[in-house]
Amino acid sequence: MKYALFLGCTVPVRGMNYEIAARKVAERIGLHLVDVDEFTCCGFPVKAVDVETSFLMAARNLALAENRGLDICTLCSACTSTLTEVNKVLKEDEELREIINEKLGNIRYNGNIEVKHFARILYEDLGICELKNFIVEPLEGFRFAPHYGCHYLKPSEVYEEFDNPEAPVSLDELIMVTGAESVDYTTLKNCCGGGILGIDENVALKMSAKKLMELKDKDIDGLISICPFCSIMYEGNQKKIEKMENAEIGIPVFYYPQILGLALGIPPDELGFKLNRVKPKAFLEKLGA
Amino acid sequence: MAISLTKLDPNFKFQVASTPGGENITRCFACGTCSAGCPVREIDERYNPRKIIHMVLLGMKDEVLKSDFIWLCTSCYTCSERCPQDVGITDLMTALKNIAVQEGYVHPSYIEQIKALSSFDGLYEIADFDNKKREKFGLPKIQRKGEVLKEIMDRTGISRLAGGEK
Repeated sequence: MKYALFLGCTVPVRGMNYEIAARKVAERIGLHLVDVDEFTCCGFPVKAVDVETSFLMAARNLALAENRGLDICTLCSACTSTLTEVNKVLKEDEELREIINEKLGNIRYNGNIEVKHFARILYEDLGICELKNFIVEPLEGFRFAPHYGCHYLKPSEVYEEFDNPEAPVSLDELIMVTGAESVDYTTLKNCCGGGILGIDENVALKMSAKKLMELKDKDIDGLISICPFCSIMYEGNQKKIEKMENAEIGIPVFYYPQILGLALGIPPDELGFKLNRVKPKAFLEKLGA
Repeated sequence: MAISLTKLDPNFKFQVASTPGGENITRCFACGTCSAGCPVREIDERYNPRKIIHMVLLGMKDEVLKSDFIWLCTSCYTCSERCPQDVGITDLMTALKNIAVQEGYVHPSYIEQIKALSSFDGLYEIADFDNKKREKFGLPKIQRKGEVLKEIMDRTGISRLAGGEK
């Protein structure tokens, strides 16, 4: 398993704990991640302004990986959906591919690579059964609530339906393979609201609040995220939401590779828990760390 | 908001249908599945996908393009997944935003994003401080020059929205 690691904009600055844990986990399970210095933003932020510009940005990133003979591994779900969608369109529409290549000028994309989210690589390429063989410190007695987010699975037509967005299981299974329990809850599929944080903060925070207000009364050790923007909403903005709702929430939000890392036997101080904004003190104590 | 027949633009729906993402707008039979499942509408009535689609079909061009509500879609794709007519509502909202930009209505938050992308090749600057922190945690240094995306945006003309070239 060898992939070009696509960090995107948010992870390398505001989600270093995600990156630290993902790299450590990758090393343990034999997933070789290659850094490509020339990668830029995926193109997602300009889609609302001009779809063509976002296509050019995405196509350039796809071409950089293709030139190195590598598929792309993403960490951010927005990058995942943008790159996966543009990849699918450019593979299927040769005419458009030529137009985009002409506009790119100095680099061209031929439609020969795949784009996959880190979690999907674990789930599909490695598989739950194989992953199970690597578990040495099962997280027995821990209960986590999965947050799938939107762009990890939607739009479903670009993801070859590897999981069902209306009844998803992949992240639940990835949580369960660590030995922990995956907790079902009503607002499981809710959108974090991150997409409109810059447009209307109040509406965005109210969207995040729905999930946190349900989860605060559940007996869980944390919410599991696989997208830096979802984490910003549920973790980075949790204090604001507590104020808005006049409630105490205090739910730790972990990136999936952080808890998988623990189960793989990686010491907690190598998995970036110090950078978690809602301090997971009780969790680390329970872990005996 | 009363409909003024003289102000309706009967060609607006065709303009939308010829914009990438808007192709399937005329398939809508107004069932309301989109609005029923929309997580934004659940919070704020201003955003109502069925209403927006119907306004487009009626030709209420100015009201749609000048409105704040077209920018409130989080692009969660819930509506797109459930739409029985495959209207592709999330992409349709993107098409409406693209048309609004062409007609001179761009939400200020996007201007800020374009400025950031022009300067840093990403939404955030990766400053020396950040690289030092990365180094401390054993992560590789990242150096983005901020030239690549500016060139692409100059070429497609969207740099001008942020006061750049073209």
